[in-house]
Amino acid sequence: MNLDHSILTLLILTPLVGAIVVALIPDREDGSKLHHIVALVVTLLTLVFTLHLPAHFDYATFGRFQFEQNTDWIANPAIRYHLGVDGLSMWLVVLAGVLAPLGVLCSWNAIRSRSRLFFSLFLLQQVAMIGIFVSLDLFLYYGFWELSLVPMALLIATFGRTENRRRAAIKFFLYTFIPSALLLVGMIWLYARTGTFDLPTLQQLAATHAISTNGTALLLCSLAFLFAFGVKVPIFPLHGWLSEAVQEAPTAAVMVIAGKLGLYSILRFSFSIFPEQSRQIAPLLIALGAIGIVYGALIALVQTDLKKLASFATLSANSFIVLGIFTFTISGLDGGAYQILNESLIGAALFILLGLLYERYGTYDMRDYGGLAARHPWMVTFFVITGLAAVGLPMLNGFVGEFLILSGAMQTFVAHHVLWTVVGTTGVIFSAAYMLWMIQRVFYGSLGLRPEEVPGWDINPREHVELWPLAVLFLVMGVFSPYWTKGIETYTTSIASRQIASAAGTPVADRPAAQPTGFVDPNLGAAALGKQAPATNKGARY
Amino acid sequence: MPTSLLSILPEVIMVVVGVIIMLAEPIIAAGRSRKPLGWLAILGTVAAAGAALYQHSLFYQFQWRTMSAFYGTVQIDDFSVFFHLLIAAIVLVILLATLDYFEGTPNSHAGEFYALMLFGASGMMFMTCSVELLMVFIGLEISSISTYIMAGFRKGQATASESSLKYFLLGSFATAFFLYGIALCFGATGSTSIAAIHAGIATTTTPHLAILAIAMVLIGLGFKVSLAPFHVWTPDVYQGAPAPVVGMMSTAPKAAAFAVLLRFLFNGMPALRPHWIVLIEILAIASMCIGNLGALVQKDVKRLLAYSSIAHAGYLLVAFSSTRENAISAALFYTAAYAAMNVGAFLVITAASGYGEESRTIDDYTGLALRRPGLAALLSFFLISLIGIPFTGGFFGKFYSFTAAMYTGHVWLAVIGLINSGVACFYYLRLLSALYTRPVTATESTLATRRVAVPAGIALAATALATLFLGIAPGRVLHLTQRSTPVTLPATPAPNPEAVQPPATGE
Repeated sequence: MNLDHSILTLLILTPLVGAIVVALIPDREDGSKLHHIVALVVTLLTLVFTLHLPAHFDYATFGRFQFEQNTDWIANPAIRYHLGVDGLSMWLVVLAGVLAPLGVLCSWNAIRSRSRLFFSLFLLQQVAMIGIFVSLDLFLYYGFWELSLVPMALLIATFGRTENRRRAAIKFFLYTFIPSALLLVGMIWLYARTGTFDLPTLQQLAATHAISTNGTALLLCSLAFLFAFGVKVPIFPLHGWLSEAVQEAPTAAVMVIAGKLGLYSILRFSFSIFPEQSRQIAPLLIALGAIGIVYGALIALVQTDLKKLASFATLSANSFIVLGIFTFTISGLDGGAYQILNESLIGAALFILLGLLYERYGTYDMRDYGGLAARHPWMVTFFVITGLAAVGLPMLNGFVGEFLILSGAMQTFVAHHVLWTVVGTTGVIFSAAYMLWMIQRVFYGSLGLRPEEVPGWDINPREHVELWPLAVLFLVMGVFSPYWTKGIETYTTSIASRQIASAAGTPVADRPAAQPTGFVDPNLGAAALGKQAPATNKGARY
Repeated sequence: MPTSLLSILPEVIMVVVGVIIMLAEPIIAAGRSRKPLGWLAILGTVAAAGAALYQHSLFYQFQWRTMSAFYGTVQIDDFSVFFHLLIAAIVLVILLATLDYFEGTPNSHAGEFYALMLFGASGMMFMTCSVELLMVFIGLEISSISTYIMAGFRKGQATASESSLKYFLLGSFATAFFLYGIALCFGATGSTSIAAIHAGIATTTTPHLAILAIAMVLIGLGFKVSLAPFHVWTPDVYQGAPAPVVGMMSTAPKAAAFAVLLRFLFNGMPALRPHWIVLIEILAIASMCIGNLGALVQKDVKRLLAYSSIAHAGYLLVAFSSTRENAISAALFYTAAYAAMNVGAFLVITAASGYGEESRTIDDYTGLALRRPGLAALLSFFLISLIGIPFTGGFFGKFYSFTAAMYTGHVWLAVIGLINSGVACFYYLRLLSALYTRPVTATESTLATRRVAVPAGIALAATALATLFLGIAPGRVLHLTQRSTPVTLPATPAPNPEAVQPPATGE
């Protein structure tokens, strides 16, 4: 049976059916794990299906979507059920597949009551996430984008840790919903101009400057898109919701809350529908990225709450990716896209580990910990590995991404880059500082207050199962990065080749007149880099 | 059967069944259950819906586009059939939900309730198929008077009487405006028939009178659909009236009034569009903003939904700023979607709080998911639809409405609407998150023991499925609404291009 033409639908349907099945199993008081088991089976099944994608992916095809499905959904307005993946979204789908079983496993004991609600929402969240990654119709995408809000908000509101959970849930929802209302306006405007929601069609129209001749309107529309995505990332001044949501949300939900959805959307939609407008705004976003790196790291440095620290570390790490992708260099884009995978895995490991600590000692306050290294040798090992991956130790995955991003930032033509690159680079030092300091304060020194009262236990077999795959992935992705980047390059080079096409094409009538002075034509830069890039990447991979 | 009678067959069935129930009510002993009367009313509603479908099938059979009767005062077309079916569906669902609502309440006069429901529905149906403003007025009165009485149906409660009286006084005032509008219309164009108004507006020597007439009609109907600034009655009336009645009166009469407004503005007064579009914009913006801001501070769930219904009327009105076909199809879709989700929400409230209405405030609903997971899940779904999350009817309603507005360049109207729906999700979320939070004081209320009766369960499931269907396969319904533009019959030989089949192109 050839799955190529139905695999993506299957990927959406599996967790959806799983969610319905879980919702139909009644809650029992005796602490049975039936919901957990069903959810685990469903997520593992999804993972197996996602692995079909890299196994049958054609790496020689550049700039085209694969495993496509394209049928009519609604005739008027023309909304199509159009799914497909390229090298970028393929790995993100696999990432979502990998993280889901881990999320179930780390909720194994954390979720005792109302597991029916928890796991059906969790699986719905999974549906929305995979849907976001595989949708090629703007409208379908928007549907999944909004759908991802509801389960997450409910998870926070219901399973939040403190009394503050309702506030955190509402904040999270509003922060994401209001900008996506603007996104909807932008989408409808695009549709009114072009009569299509189809992403490949819109890409072509954008490449030939056929969407609109009104530069201001296009810029505003691109800003509406970017604003909605930027909040979800979150990009520096828009991060207000992150800390509270991360603090409240259960571990399984935190693992998917930030980063990849917003960043993927920027790469997929902002960059391909608004190539020029994105470049116009790039200097600002590079600056915000650099500020975000340092700001997040500095705030993380002074936290005493482990989850707060982790949330600002997330902000800092995501800002790194923002900095990378807005350089519009091949290495920056490659590094940024690759770092999305790395960041998600590292973040997942970090939050799982923090969850383990919380399960044992019931607090996230760093001051109550200390001296755990002797008691939990395995745990400290995993903590150190995760920490080192996060700070970018060579041989581990974080390094590859950060190196590519920073080298991209040095080459970029879209901004007065050196200052911001330097500022961003200091983030590497800060991240090492807060990460290592945290490990030191939790695991070394004299035994803390809580560990004195409560006898903890080292990692049990289930927790080993959660952490080993991540640790192995850190190493493998650090050493064999070409295996992943060759897929990602089918996306990044397609952006570059499209730029060449548009540069070689007819003179652009509607290019906005108000370009900053000293603006080097990004197309030429990217074209030149297109040849140069493989060498750069080789350097990064040793 | 004569065509005249055939064209008002659904209304006739409703009235006849209503009268039978009215007569049977005093015959049945005071202590006996009124359920059989309820079933009779349900049968009558189904028969009326069947009659509407029969009319529709006749169109196909004889290739008619319209049926005209009573000297052109009543006109059956796809547009009116759509509204007949919608109103019948709303009434049917409400009747199903109220079958067990009055059980165990002495002197509930449930039979009168069922009869009034049918009379009201017949009035609303008359409104949607009349092309003569005076006939519209009669329909409006029939429906209003029934609703006034039903609003105060929980007798012996101060809020119920307040609700009924307030609705009656303000409602009569508003219908007076409507009547005055009709009179001015006659003054300007020499007729009260919509087709004749359309023809007369071209030759009128007093266009200002016509604009004033539109304004008066807008006031009268704006009251019925609770558009700001004619909305002040809404929260109080909704709070005092029984929950199932609110479910009905927040959807069916509104649908009928919007139907009249669509016919009147797009068939009668298209020539004055530049003038009335300004009024529409003002009303839409005012309704969206006042509705949402008002809802933010509400603690009572029914008041909250009252303000939300004001806002939704505003969203719907946004569609009016578009071209004829787009506006009508978007407005029809919105009416259907809003009916499904709002009736659903009020049915959940009915099921959760019962005749005594123990649950009033958001605090009372805290932790509903722990006691009644099914009801909480349904209410969440309806709230999500009211917020406008994709894959629900509410989302596509808003989507079509705002898209329609954007087609005629009203981008800012859409932007205001979407910002408003952002504000709106704040109060919906307050209720939604309350459902899933553990209550601070663990009061095991009586709610835990009350079961949802089977007919009410069917009604709930029907509204939920309708909301879901409109969210997953909106294309089918949209196709229907695009075909359902009201037909304009030329009263005089005045050539009217839209009398020819309007192409179902829409967007």
